[in-house]
Amino acid sequence: MTEHMSPPPATGCRASPVLKQRGQREVFCGLTGIIWLHRKIQDAFFLVVGSRTCAHLLQSAAGVMIFAEPRFGTAILEEADLAGLKDAQAELDRTVEELLARRPDIRQLFLVGSCPSEVIKLDLNRAAERLTQTYAPKVRVLEYSGSGIETTFTQGEDACLAAMVPVLPATDERELIVVGALPDVVEDQMVALLSNLGIGPLRILPARTIEDELAVGPNTVFALTQPFLGDTHAALIRRGARHIAAPFPFGEEGSTAWLSAIADEFNIPREVFDRVTEAPRRRARQAISQAAAPLNDKSVFFFPDSQLEIPLARFLTRECGMTALEVGSPYIHDALHGPDLDLLPTGPQISEGQDVDLQLDRCRAAHPDLTVCGLGLANPLEAEGFATKWAIELVFTPVHFYEQAGDLAALFARPLRRKSILKVAAE
Amino acid sequence: MKLTVWTYEGPPHVGAMRVATGMKKLHYVLHAPQGDTYADLLFTMIERRDHRPPVTYTTFQARDLGADTAGLFKQACQDAYDRFQPEAIIVGASCTAELIQDDPGGLAETMGLPIPVIPLELPSYQRKENFGADETFFQLVKHLVKPQAKTDRVSCNIIGPTALGFRHRDDVAEITNLLFELGIEVNVTAPMGATPSDIAQMGKAHFNVLLYPETGETAARHCEKEFDQPYTKIVPIGAGATHDFITEVRALSGSTAPLDSQALRQTWWSRSVDSTYLTGKRVFIFGDGTHVKAAARIARDEMGFEVAGLGCYNREYARDIRTIAKEFGVEALITDDYLSVEKTIEALQPEMILGTQMERHIGKRLGIPCAVISAPVHVQDFPARYSPQMGFEGANVIFDTWIHPLVMGLEEHLLHMFREDFEFNDAAGPSHHGGHQPSGIASVQLQVPVAEEQPSVLNTGGDVAIWLAEAEKELKKIPFFVRGKARRNTETYATSQGLLEISVDTLYEAKAFYAR
Repeated sequence: MTEHMSPPPATGCRASPVLKQRGQREVFCGLTGIIWLHRKIQDAFFLVVGSRTCAHLLQSAAGVMIFAEPRFGTAILEEADLAGLKDAQAELDRTVEELLARRPDIRQLFLVGSCPSEVIKLDLNRAAERLTQTYAPKVRVLEYSGSGIETTFTQGEDACLAAMVPVLPATDERELIVVGALPDVVEDQMVALLSNLGIGPLRILPARTIEDELAVGPNTVFALTQPFLGDTHAALIRRGARHIAAPFPFGEEGSTAWLSAIADEFNIPREVFDRVTEAPRRRARQAISQAAAPLNDKSVFFFPDSQLEIPLARFLTRECGMTALEVGSPYIHDALHGPDLDLLPTGPQISEGQDVDLQLDRCRAAHPDLTVCGLGLANPLEAEGFATKWAIELVFTPVHFYEQAGDLAALFARPLRRKSILKVAAE
Repeated sequence: MKLTVWTYEGPPHVGAMRVATGMKKLHYVLHAPQGDTYADLLFTMIERRDHRPPVTYTTFQARDLGADTAGLFKQACQDAYDRFQPEAIIVGASCTAELIQDDPGGLAETMGLPIPVIPLELPSYQRKENFGADETFFQLVKHLVKPQAKTDRVSCNIIGPTALGFRHRDDVAEITNLLFELGIEVNVTAPMGATPSDIAQMGKAHFNVLLYPETGETAARHCEKEFDQPYTKIVPIGAGATHDFITEVRALSGSTAPLDSQALRQTWWSRSVDSTYLTGKRVFIFGDGTHVKAAARIARDEMGFEVAGLGCYNREYARDIRTIAKEFGVEALITDDYLSVEKTIEALQPEMILGTQMERHIGKRLGIPCAVISAPVHVQDFPARYSPQMGFEGANVIFDTWIHPLVMGLEEHLLHMFREDFEFNDAAGPSHHGGHQPSGIASVQLQVPVAEEQPSVLNTGGDVAIWLAEAEKELKKIPFFVRGKARRNTETYATSQGLLEISVDTLYEAKAFYAR
């Protein structure tokens, strides 16, 4: 299976020193995950218990009003709630009643904690238990925190999935759970690949609806499709499940390594693996080689954003011919990111956390050909002459597995292509 | 607790950011957790700004809460001063930091920075974005402006424009030019484009031109009281308001300079016969108080529309809007609840909405054309071209903007005449807009026009007469942009006549009854 792959580097970045800085971070909070989760889980509603800022964030991050009636909302805390004039738990009951009356189709309700609700220590756990009793069996109420004092951007999805694990039914069956919210089309491709390999029964977390069968136990093995699911990883292990560690399924190499780790776990013969993956692997290599031409021999600098940075740096350096100068990630989790770090050749500065002003200084000094950063930094850096790729697009676009490998390379290539075709110079 | 789906205004610290980001050489140190940095993208993405907002977020985390968040704040403040060397700093708290009560103002004061440090008290759980901008600008003026000798020549300040404002960039250019033609110098424009030292010079002006009461009125009142600077009360949006504004400015300045109003095309465009079709179109108006007030006057007096309803989302302007509503004989809708705005529009069935990006969305859902007249803003509200709302050119822009969503004069008639043409039919929308379906698809879809998706409207309750099949068929022959009104009028008529069933005759009786 390794005939087309470059050998792993002699020394990867797993043991490289990590630069840890503390200062202003230019990242979203975990509430942002609601933007894709509320589409993914089709019978769920996400009720943020927070402030006007939380509502404004969701609206701004979503792009104003792209969904007619979103399956999310904010219970905005008011002066009377904070001053203790109103019983916050009673207020929450009233708000949930109002909400469920308007949306009788909702089967799962997530109460999502925010910075203000955590600072005032509003007990959403107690509220979720009480509300579950009130609305059972029709509606299940869970809670998690998406607050900016606890979570960064994609950690919101992690917290949401981790909250679902303890309430999963128990099973002794040997089953595979694939964990991580993927676009439906990508999920279907993945399911097809795994079932063609003869691997199953296959379950997916998050399931699209509460009716989908999903259980966990000591014979469960699980694989992660997203590199930001550290808490969910821990929660599944607490339920007795075992993690199949692998590089993440980005690009031809990542997808093959990921599938191969699962195939090995299920003792799938090598010839079956090669037969099933040969055609998609060839297509992926072909698509990448066409899309990645502008990336070859170019350098890239990652600001921390979604925790996808390390696997993506691995993809760009090993499959697209780029050189990584700095790879910043909000958090680095060895059990999750280790396999990708092993494959990432030494050289780049690996950094965790952020002091944005100091990191901008390093970026300017390094002068990368491409900078991957958040929306707050992209236009200012472009105005300074840097080509940028907004990181959030990587979370909102189908990029996993073989058939999207070319699209993933193209996402990074487009800013460079655009820069080369525009004839009107910036002033 | 208040259940909210979409909001018209952000929190007050976003208002403070609009002031700081519009200005130069001012820095805002905001005590806030990491997620609050999302606000940067409002400016860098929606407004396409090429600089980061001058804001330092202290970025405290859960583990800091038991420890030294105050120390974190002071460190951030010192770092911001060292790195950015601003002329002044404003300090404050976002909603979360307000709860931990670190007192950023007091902390910053003890640091002895050699520049003015201005504390902001912006109650996040009571007030909103416009208040935040207005209060921040007022605090800057209060701290920085001292009484001064007036300029020799008559001059004024332009106050109110901020970053992320609805067409502020172009309004300022238009009004600066208008004042120049009147022989009046602009002393300082603030907050947008000004430095703290520019603001310190504001006292030299003879009077103030207040363009945006939402974000500048408290400062204007302060200047009137402290520096003897009267301010303009008329916001020059629309032809009539612009003329009144000029009269007001002449009275304040003594200017008698002649003014060339040839550039004002809107008045002739509106009188020209092609515009006849605009007569009596029922419009619903919603937005911020100032823009709604102006739009109501334009709609009635300059476009010949009928104002079917109006309202605003900022309660601070409730009284003004209620007064206007009374004058127009309609009910004022004062709310920041998007769902109740939608409900009102659904009930009124206007032929057009003049609203915000939110109402544009409601319009899309209900099949009602909408033109945007007010913040909250969207990337589309920052066009590359010159596109003011104020002054003579603003009146022209508004005319074009408002008629663009409508099906135009003769096309409207053609749709009445040949409503079942397979290529040219009302389900396809105005012909000058994109989104036309290929004819093959259109002929299939003709059977299910967009507005028919909610059959429940046909029989909404016990007090509504039942539509007979023939009448329902006839109703479908009426073009979509008036069908809602026809249905509503017919039902109202039937109820008033005590009819239990609506026949084709009832439909035409109602048409005759409501003829205008």
